[in-house]
Amino acid sequence: MAISRNEVEKVALLARLSLSPDELHAMTRQLGDILGYVDQLSQLDTEHVEPMAHALDVTNCFREDRAQPSLDRELALANAPRRDEECYLVPAVLGEL
Amino acid sequence: MSAPYTIIIGLEVHVQLLTESKMFCSCSTKFGAPPNTQTCPVCIGMPGSLPVMNRKAFELALKTAVALNCEIPRFTKWDRKNYYYPDLPKGYQISQFDLPMSHDGWLEIETKPLSPLPVGEGSGVRAANSRVTRPHPNSLPEGEGIVSSSTTKRIGIIRAHLEEDAGKSMHDEVAGKADSRIDLNRAGTPLLEIVSQPDLRSPAEAKTYLTELKLLLNYLGVSDCNMQEGSLRVDANINLHIDTPQGRIATPIVEVKNMNSFRAVERALAFEAERQYRQWQETGHKLGEVPKSTRGWDEGSQTTREQRAKEESSDYRYFPDPDLLPVTITTEEVERVRASLGELPAALRARLEQTYGIAAYDSDVLVNQGRLLVDYYFRVAKTCGDGKTASNWMQQDVLRWLNEHQVDIGQYPVAAETLGELLAKVRGGAFDTSRGRQVLAAMLESRLSLGDAIRQVGIEEVGESAVIELCRQLLQANPKIVAEVRDGKPKGIGALIGQAKKKNPNVNPARVREICLEMIQKGEV
Repeated sequence: MAISRNEVEKVALLARLSLSPDELHAMTRQLGDILGYVDQLSQLDTEHVEPMAHALDVTNCFREDRAQPSLDRELALANAPRRDEECYLVPAVLGEL
Repeated sequence: MSAPYTIIIGLEVHVQLLTESKMFCSCSTKFGAPPNTQTCPVCIGMPGSLPVMNRKAFELALKTAVALNCEIPRFTKWDRKNYYYPDLPKGYQISQFDLPMSHDGWLEIETKPLSPLPVGEGSGVRAANSRVTRPHPNSLPEGEGIVSSSTTKRIGIIRAHLEEDAGKSMHDEVAGKADSRIDLNRAGTPLLEIVSQPDLRSPAEAKTYLTELKLLLNYLGVSDCNMQEGSLRVDANINLHIDTPQGRIATPIVEVKNMNSFRAVERALAFEAERQYRQWQETGHKLGEVPKSTRGWDEGSQTTREQRAKEESSDYRYFPDPDLLPVTITTEEVERVRASLGELPAALRARLEQTYGIAAYDSDVLVNQGRLLVDYYFRVAKTCGDGKTASNWMQQDVLRWLNEHQVDIGQYPVAAETLGELLAKVRGGAFDTSRGRQVLAAMLESRLSLGDAIRQVGIEEVGESAVIELCRQLLQANPKIVAEVRDGKPKGIGALIGQAKKKNPNVNPARVREICLEMIQKGEV
C-alpha cells in the first residue's frame, strides 16, 4: 500500500520535522513498505468480529485521589537540553501572529 | 434598530475539577507552586511510565454531566490527540474523541427577548456575579416599557468529556529573549470540556449561559471556577446568518480565545459579530469558502486578532490510548449520582419563591450568592418568621456588608439566629427598622451580643402599659387633634408621634399610632 509524497510531507509538518528531498524520498518508500506490511491484516475476514477499544478485556481501573510527593525539580529538569533555575527553555513558539 | 443579521454562538468551556491530585498521576494540582515542582515521570511524558485514572476526577465529571441532563453511555474510553507544542510533553493530549463519557444534555437559562443591549454592564444590580436577567420590580426605569418578562431557554450541550490540561509557556517579550520558559506543573490536571450547541443568539445570552453554568458548578462543588487561576476557560465559536435578497447566508465560523472574564466574552463576541459583518460586506466570503480561523481577544485594544490557522480535526490523528483502560458505567451508578446531586439552583429558586413568598428577582439574587448564603437566609427566615423581611435584610444589609468587606457569608460576624431574633423584634414592634439597623451596626462594629447592642443603642423596651399611658396623656393634652381625627383627618397623628418620641425615644412610633387611633375610635378619650 503506497503513500504519496504529499502525505508524507503533511505528516512531517504535523510532526514538526524538516526533511531534505532525499529524506522525503526515503521516508515515502519506507512508510509505504510499513503500511503495505500492516495492510496484510485486511485480508482477514472480520465480518463477525466486534470492534474493540482495548486489547485487554478489563475496565474501570482507578486510583484514589491522593497527592504524593513529586519529582525533585533538579531531577525533572536533568534531561532538558536547555534550562534555567526553574524552567525548561525552548525556542520561542512561532506561527502565532 | 436591530442588527441586519442573527448571531450564532456556541461555547466550549474547560473546567478544572476539584481534585487533590492530577488526572493520571499523584502529583498535586495545587495552584501557585514554584515552576516544575509538581511533576513526575507520568505527567512529563517519560518513556515507560503508565497513567492511571483518578477516581475522584471521573466522579466529579460524571456528577456534572448528569446535572447537565446529559446521556451517559455505558462505555467510554480514552484517546490520544496528537499535536506538537512545547507545553505538551508527551506530544499528545489524553482526551476523549468518539466515545465521550457524556453527550446530548441541556442547561436552562433565563433570557430576555433580544433587544439592543449596551455593551458592558447594563442594569448592574450590585455584586458582579448576580444575574440581571430578570427585571427588578422596584427598579424599572419610569416611562420605559421594558416589562419584557424573561423566558426560559434551553441551551443544548453537545458533549462533556474529560481530558488532561497542558503545561504553561511563558515568553518574556520585554527582556527580548529568544526563549520560552516551560512550567509543567499544570500538565495532567483534570479538565472537563463542556461543549454547547450553537444555540446562543447574542453576546449577552452567552454571558448568561456562562453565569448559570458557573453557578451550577459551584453548587455541585466540582470546581472553584476561578478564571484568574485558569480553573474556568472559555472559547467561543461565532458566525452570522445574514438574510440577503439571494437567501440566507452564513459567514465563516471564527473561534475566539483568550477571554479572561465573562465580561470579556461578552465584549469579544459583540466586537467579533460586527467585524464579521464588515468583513462579509467587504469580501462576501461565506461559510466553507475560507478555512475556519482562530482569533484572540486583546483586552488592551478591545479587539480580536488573527491567530495561527486551525488544524483540521483529522490532523490531530486521534487514536485509542493503549495505556488506559476503558470505563463502563451502569444505569444504577448513574441513578445513584443523580440522587446525590442535591438541590440545584433552578429548583432552589422555585422553592424560595413558592415556600418563602419572595419575588423571582429576590430569589435570583440570593441563589446566585451560593448555597451557604441561602442556608443562612433559611435560618434567618425561620427565626424571624417571615421570608420577605429576611430577604429584604439579606439584600439591603447583609450583602452590602459582605460586598464592602469583600468576604463571604462564612465570615459574617452575626449569626443567622441572632439576626433572625433582631428581625423578630422589629416585626413585633419592639422598635422600628431604623433603630433595628442601628442595633445591627452595633453588633457588626463592636461585635456585641444582641442584648448589649440594644442597650448600647439606648433602646429600653417600653412596656405596653407605659405606651398606653403615654398615648392617653398626649391625646388628653391635644383635644384639637383628637377632634380632627374624628372628622376623618388623621394627619395630626404625626405630631403626636413626634411628641411621644420626645418624651420617650424608645417608643415604637408605629405602635403609638395604632394605640392612639384605637383610643380615639373607641372613644376612650
